[in-house]
Amino acid sequence: MSKYLVNLKINNMPVAVEEGTTILEAAKRLNFRIPTLCNHPDLTVAGNCRVCVVEVKGARLLAASCATPVSEGMEVFTNSEKVRKARKHIVELLLSEHNADCTKCFKNGHCELQELASEYRIGDHVFLDLVTPESMIQDISSPSIVKDDSKCIRCQRCVRTCAELQGVSALAVVNKGDHQKISTFLNKPLHEVVCTNCGQCINRCPTGALTERNYIEEVWNAIYDPSKFVVVQTAPATRIALGEDLGIPVGERVTGKMVSALKKLGFNKVLDTDFTADLTIMEEGTELLTRLKKALVDKDEKTVLPMMTSCSPGWIKFQEHMYSDMLDNLSTCKSPQQMFGAVAKTYYADKINIKAQDMIVVSIMPCVAKKFECERPEMRDSGYQDVDYVLTTRELAMMIKQAGIDFHKLDEDHYDSILGESSGAAVIFGATGGVMEAALRTAYEIVTGREVPFTNLNIQPVRGMEGIKDATIKIKNVKPEWSFLEGVDLHVAIAHGLANARQLMEKVRRGEAVYHFIEVMGCPGGCLGGGGQPIPTSPEIRKKRAEAIYSEDEDMPIRKSHENPEVLEIYKEFLGEPLSHKSHDLLHTHYKPRKRY
Amino acid sequence: MENNLKKVDIIFEDSDKCAPLKVLEKTLKRTADDIILDLIDSGLKGRGGAGFPTGLKWKFTRNETSDVKYVICNADEGEPGTFKDREILDRVPEKIFTGMAICGYVVGAREGYIYLRGEYNFLLKSLLKKLNDFNAALKKLNVDFQIYFKSGSGAYVCGEESALFESMEGKRGEPRNKPPYPTVAGYNSKPTVINNVETLVYTTMICHMGPEKFKALGTSDSRGSKVFSVSGDTPIPGIYELELGMPLHDFVNEFGDGDTKAVQVGGASGHCVPRKKFNDTIIGFEGIPTGGSMMIFNSSRSMYNVLHDYLEFFAEESCGQCTPCRVGCQQLLKGIEAVKRGERPPAYLDDLKKLTGTMKIAAKCGLGQSVGNPFNSIIDNFREEIIY
Ligand SMILES: Cc1cc2nc3c(=O)[nH]c(=O)nc-3n(C[C@H](O)[C@H](O)[C@H](O)COP(=O)(O)O)c2cc1C
Ligand code: SF4
Ligand code: SF4
Ligand code: SF4
Ligand code: SF4
Ligand code: FES
Repeated sequence: MSKYLVNLKINNMPVAVEEGTTILEAAKRLNFRIPTLCNHPDLTVAGNCRVCVVEVKGARLLAASCATPVSEGMEVFTNSEKVRKARKHIVELLLSEHNADCTKCFKNGHCELQELASEYRIGDHVFLDLVTPESMIQDISSPSIVKDDSKCIRCQRCVRTCAELQGVSALAVVNKGDHQKISTFLNKPLHEVVCTNCGQCINRCPTGALTERNYIEEVWNAIYDPSKFVVVQTAPATRIALGEDLGIPVGERVTGKMVSALKKLGFNKVLDTDFTADLTIMEEGTELLTRLKKALVDKDEKTVLPMMTSCSPGWIKFQEHMYSDMLDNLSTCKSPQQMFGAVAKTYYADKINIKAQDMIVVSIMPCVAKKFECERPEMRDSGYQDVDYVLTTRELAMMIKQAGIDFHKLDEDHYDSILGESSGAAVIFGATGGVMEAALRTAYEIVTGREVPFTNLNIQPVRGMEGIKDATIKIKNVKPEWSFLEGVDLHVAIAHGLANARQLMEKVRRGEAVYHFIEVMGCPGGCLGGGGQPIPTSPEIRKKRAEAIYSEDEDMPIRKSHENPEVLEIYKEFLGEPLSHKSHDLLHTHYKPRKRY
Repeated sequence: MENNLKKVDIIFEDSDKCAPLKVLEKTLKRTADDIILDLIDSGLKGRGGAGFPTGLKWKFTRNETSDVKYVICNADEGEPGTFKDREILDRVPEKIFTGMAICGYVVGAREGYIYLRGEYNFLLKSLLKKLNDFNAALKKLNVDFQIYFKSGSGAYVCGEESALFESMEGKRGEPRNKPPYPTVAGYNSKPTVINNVETLVYTTMICHMGPEKFKALGTSDSRGSKVFSVSGDTPIPGIYELELGMPLHDFVNEFGDGDTKAVQVGGASGHCVPRKKFNDTIIGFEGIPTGGSMMIFNSSRSMYNVLHDYLEFFAEESCGQCTPCRVGCQQLLKGIEAVKRGERPPAYLDDLKKLTGTMKIAAKCGLGQSVGNPFNSIIDNFREEIIY
């Protein structure tokens, strides 16, 4: 059915829009901005904050413009006296139950409520202060997330995020009326429930009610401590998004400037998680081929397929809670961040003659689940906590501002060596489908001796923002030692965002789809949409970030993980070969079942 | 003293002539359009509070194309001071079932649900027996319609139709955005007629006696009669079916204790009428409408306490999702306390009245929209009692 056009007037200006368009959208077409709080482009409509109300001629009630579709002949006023008065009241009401200590708030300067308050010049406190002492007790149980109910405006964006995008529902609305709040199963601390620490709720919280646990002071202290050698690693997706928090347009790559800034901040060495992303491909690609052989040739019953990627700690924790019977499907490879930590405090520390106990490894990540991951007891294979502190892309931007660095004016710099070299295959880890593409580039070549049969190495079928993608790669003319793969159709699938992952897992469990290899990233869009990335986020923003990632890949002189010279060197000098004993000790891990609530 | 109050006996009429199954059989021989015309002609408006013309509601739902439609009886009766639906459920449930079955026939629904207030579960045992008999009778008559009970969880807001659907769907009882309206997308997002218990009984009785007799009662804006729940300072509390459109004055003469100071018409979310306005207040859609609750206060009552109770009720029973209502109710409650204690000047009451203006037009559902009714009518008429 084709949609027909609806004619209406907004602030006396005529406009024709498709049937089903909301008043909010229609107003946007005419460049009338209507303030919103509970509305978010990634989520279903809630219509609960009411700041977006507008006047519709002839109607008794104001209409929530985010939730009201246009109708023929409608006359809308977005800024009439009635609207302004109501909107101001609503903002005043929100502030009256809000602990507005902006100066102490992590969201200061990035807060939608604060912006609205300043827009409406809410100066005098008309209403009574309703903030309760109980609401001011923060939940700091999680190493990733801080929940502060005294800053919550009950927009329920977090609840919808956790349910709709992530399929987790760790957060829910409880109680009614004056006791209504956002809480967890039985009001337990976040650390004790199914929360995956993905941080997607943080990305969509308009206020400071949900923020990352920040470790900025700890990192400054480490930098200032002369007895510590502080190395920093940067994840693939940070370099295409950091600029957004520093006044640079979405989709602009800032790799060189970021490296330059990190050096200016005082890190002793600026290294790259992309190096261990390449290392991951060597390990995981080999693991896949080994599993395929065990399953297809040796008919080993303990080897399960499909193999599933393990780079995303939010996904790992989700799997541990929800599909604990499928933990054997997960690759045993640690995430690139944790491989980096383990290698840095062993191989690298030796090389540069620093004692592991004197080394501090800091990660810059698009992710808040990585804060949890680095504290997992399994992640101490160097004999110390392999990664000491994880900062989000946002926290790094904050440090750059604190240091008074003019990011725009920075020259581009290069990563230090070693552990700084990487390939284009590593960069695309930051986008959904990227790990798959990188793995295929390498595995296909190992097996056939030829490059993957896609123009310019770009495996288009695994790219894009569809929730679940699948593809089949025919393997032909293999090298003799891989003869068991001759003519095999390799079936792969990719999911991003945990709600999609859940759907895919259900399909796999029901046996509806048979795959060999599955990539899952916990966050929508993959790491580029991670819970630690600059706010706001939206489908358009993530699309632009993905474009930046793929162009970064194309500009890299090396495009395949197995051609990274530093990777070849670490195998030669230290690890031996993929899946060697040493690799197992340092680069692989195991998982544990967790409760379902 | 002359009294125009007219007691009526339609809802609870219990003669053989109006045996529900007979009414049903007779009605099902008519066309759906005829039935709708009769309902529209009768002027029947919803008795659950909002007063929407019942015939139109059925017509809109009938006009929707959908394989699945529903008929829902709203038996959540949560408005403080209202207890008439309980009596109807107890005494003439078959008339409710019949109204639902007729409605199912008219709109093309095969399933009906009675959403029963949790506190009324004690009625369930005897109701279920009667319902089973009725469902069996429907089958015997080859009527493709069956009725089921669903129990509410005791939240006032779940009486609001869209919150009721959410609750029936197993979700948190939060009102939805409108449009879409229930006639288009109600329970399970299917076209749904939702009617109050009493409304459904009137539909049965209009089918039984014809629209003329119904129409002959009441006024042009408020046709027919209505069941009232009379409580408070009255020697004769209880359930009374009265003709609509009566002056409040007559009502007080009949039910008051001789010292009536005010009547709260329509429950906590209704309006408070002081003695000096009894004469020119009409009970009906043209004056002050009511879902049935009439609470009478004599001069021993503190209107501050009355208002305080209502506001406490709303601050607790707001579902909490929308800003104007969740925070507004608390501000009103805390606000009158602050004025009483002298922490805010009396003029602060005017700020609060302005706030109710915003709640009335910006809250998401009828709950938040109507808190201003008791607030303003009590503040305006009993300001000194609030301040001192
Ligand atoms: C907060 C709130 C509570 C309500 N509670 C009830 C109720 O308990 N019973 C009822 O019939 N209608 C109640 N209503 C009205 C319903 O939303 C709806 O209008 C009614 O059931 C329609 O039936 P009617 O057309 O027969 O009146 C309530 C409305 C609101 C806003
Ligand atoms: S959440 Fe926003 S308004 Fe509230 S204290 Fe933080 S910055 Fe200020
Ligand atoms: S971090 Fe992720 S899983 Fe945890 S509450 Fe937020 S959205 Fe849900
Ligand atoms: S925690 Fe944030 S996103 Fe969730 S309801 Fe509160 S303000 Fe909204
Ligand atoms: S008006 Fe009150 S009850 Fe209705 S949706 Fe808003 S908060 Fe909930
Ligand atoms: S943005 Fe429309 S109601 Fe919140």
